[in-house]
Amino acid sequence: MLELVKAARPETDPLLTLDHVTLIRGGAAVLDALSLDITAGVITAIMGANGAGKSLAMRVMAGLIAPEAGQVRYAPDMRAPRDVSIVFQRPVLLRRSVRGNLRHALKVYGVPRNQRTRRLAELLELGRLGLIADTPARALSGGEQQRVAMVRALAAKPKLLLLDEPTASLDPQATQAIEQLMRKAADDGATVVIVTHDRGQAKRLAQDIRFMHRGKLVEKAPAKRFFDHPTSAAASAYLSGELFL
Amino acid sequence: MLEIGTAFSAAFGLIIGLDADLIEIIALSLQVTLTAVLVACLIGFPLGALLAVGRFPMRNALVVLVNALMGLPPVVVGLGVYLMLSRAGPLGVLNLLYTPTAMVIAQTILVTPIIAALTRQVIEDMNIEYDELLRSMGTGRLSQMQTLLWDARYALVTAALAGLGRALAEVGAVMIVGGNINHVTRVMTTAIALETSKGELALALGLGIILMTLSIVLNATLMGFRRTAERMAYA
Repeated sequence: MLELVKAARPETDPLLTLDHVTLIRGGAAVLDALSLDITAGVITAIMGANGAGKSLAMRVMAGLIAPEAGQVRYAPDMRAPRDVSIVFQRPVLLRRSVRGNLRHALKVYGVPRNQRTRRLAELLELGRLGLIADTPARALSGGEQQRVAMVRALAAKPKLLLLDEPTASLDPQATQAIEQLMRKAADDGATVVIVTHDRGQAKRLAQDIRFMHRGKLVEKAPAKRFFDHPTSAAASAYLSGELFL
Repeated sequence: MLEIGTAFSAAFGLIIGLDADLIEIIALSLQVTLTAVLVACLIGFPLGALLAVGRFPMRNALVVLVNALMGLPPVVVGLGVYLMLSRAGPLGVLNLLYTPTAMVIAQTILVTPIIAALTRQVIEDMNIEYDELLRSMGTGRLSQMQTLLWDARYALVTAALAGLGRALAEVGAVMIVGGNINHVTRVMTTAIALETSKGELALALGLGIILMTLSIVLNATLMGFRRTAERMAYA
């Protein structure tokens, strides 16, 4: 089976820190001096209402967007973007077969040619994609496409796996398959960060919660404490299903 | 009316009888056109991808220039190539004037901007979807261009077809640099122009019919290939 890189540091050290990150869009600060850290070796869920800036924060973490102000700091042994993989809410798959998508990823990630066939077989097995390996990837169901995207992200053996609402439009069965891949990645040592609106999913998976509101971090807590005793008004309202504007 | 009918009848006679002159002209036309389109694709595809993905000074100006060059007047291209290849020109020593090679050069210059401009549009549209993914994977610009070109390969058939249409129909440039020399540089379009001016409507019509048929067959074949391959590749 595929082995991911083991995190070689105490679990309390931050793997990634956003330090007073500000992002301006349309004249407004969509990330407003956001300070947030991600603990190595755990699954962290970033939660918050629509427009809180969760997905943008994730893109900043992935190095896809450069902030107007503030710093993004990785742990010293992290090489971004090489050690960071991101999976988007809507999977972006190349116009190739499942096998073609994974082969492309292995090539881009610098896997030597003589190891690609073996690694490809491992990835297909990991995602249970063997039977659809030669199917055009974009012809698959949403759940299958997201599974391909997850497995492709894992092909990089990332130290940090970023997931932007990866199960937002999936049925429970497809969601379960994605969550199993997340757990597998975490068990193998990857630090997983997931943006989700799904409270059940956050309870099932996350050890840490970061709650954002209007571009700021308003609460940071272990998952159990967050769900049992949220301290911010925004998080309390969000969890109780109230409209907090 | 009767004269046109007679010309049509004679034209079909030439086609069915596989007239040797006719075959020679068709073969040279295809050789020049397909070579020019192939070379234009080799230049235009990467150039279009570079304009779509690259971030460098004067990029926007280059995009405008390439778009503007799509409407290059063939006689101006013919004149430019003529001046370059004539004995007094900088490339006169190559002795290429009035050869099929000169015609390929002229047609390549005409067709390349069309293929490059259409490629840029196709790749730019696809890159809107692919850009974040490829950057997140740590893909460099060159590798990004390669990925996009490969994935857009079926859409790029349309760009090649546009170039093919332009090259097949072109007469001004190849007339100037080829000279329309019998058995050397005579192609379908220049032959049609010549035979019409001589009043030899049968050969002109025959060539016209074949030119139209070739254009339709090539387009239909490539479009059919594109649709089938596209369906098989990514549904």
